[in-house]
Amino acid sequence: MIFVTTGTQAPFNRLVRAMDEIAADLKDEEIIVQAFEVDFEPLNLKVVGFLEPAAYTELFDRARLIVSHAGMGSIVSALTTGKPIIVMPRKASLQEHRNDHQIDTARKMETLQSIPVAYEATDLKPMILKMLAEGNPKPVPATGRFASSSLIQSVRNFINKQTNK
Amino acid sequence: MKVLAIASVGGHWVQLLRLLPAFDQMELVFVSTKESSATMVPGYRYYSVPDASRWNKFRLIQSFLKLSTIVFRERPDVVISTGAAPGLMGLIAAKILGIRTIWVDSMANAERLSMSGKLARKFADRIYTQWPELADEKVVCAGSVLS
Repeated sequence: MIFVTTGTQAPFNRLVRAMDEIAADLKDEEIIVQAFEVDFEPLNLKVVGFLEPAAYTELFDRARLIVSHAGMGSIVSALTTGKPIIVMPRKASLQEHRNDHQIDTARKMETLQSIPVAYEATDLKPMILKMLAEGNPKPVPATGRFASSSLIQSVRNFINKQTNK
Repeated sequence: MKVLAIASVGGHWVQLLRLLPAFDQMELVFVSTKESSATMVPGYRYYSVPDASRWNKFRLIQSFLKLSTIVFRERPDVVISTGAAPGLMGLIAAKILGIRTIWVDSMANAERLSMSGKLARKFADRIYTQWPELADEKVVCAGSVLS
């Protein structure tokens, strides 16, 4: 199963449309898309709206590949669980987000965490086929459950400084 | 020591939960923008507020009023947020009540601080970026939510 996730805020029809076309060629693969305000009738995939945390986790865990907008929630979840993921950043020029920070995020995550990025919808299909063909697609490098110890310690020190005042 | 921790549902909330060890042994109260997020923090007091962005001033004011009530009622020692706009509203309410504030800008803001982060920079007692190149005399980088 491929789980496609587009976040909690805004529609991302370019990704949903691309996935619907790809799904036509992947008849044996179940594809579940979490998206809002889908502006066409998808022929080959199932769309769900907002998912409660338990339902989201269930789909995320069950999927063999995640295709996502370049949101930190999906990226961090993939890094934590070692789940293969492809991200496609939203573009401000297409009114998909308020600004282009998802492109910045995608570039950084591509460089630092080796996360595959589809900068254009046309990049998606070859990337998905390649990852599925590899059988058990290589998991992305993992992270622990919590933030870096230096950040945690810094926040903690700052909070504790206050009581001593 | 009592901490009120605020984040919008989605990536902001995921990042906030990764800071949990920082609040070990402290009284912790959560605020997010969906009722169902409560299931991710069992055992903690939890409030839900309306989601808002700078594009919807009415919702933003609603969010500010609700957060002001929560901050006033809870009287935490510190209010911390990982974003987005409702978190900023919570920090403003805290500032007005003389409570210290921490803003952790989302890891998604790799090239510049978020709009909320830029506003928080003007008054928050501590502001973090997760990208070393964005740190300056006021904005601290001490690592990120990844480990």
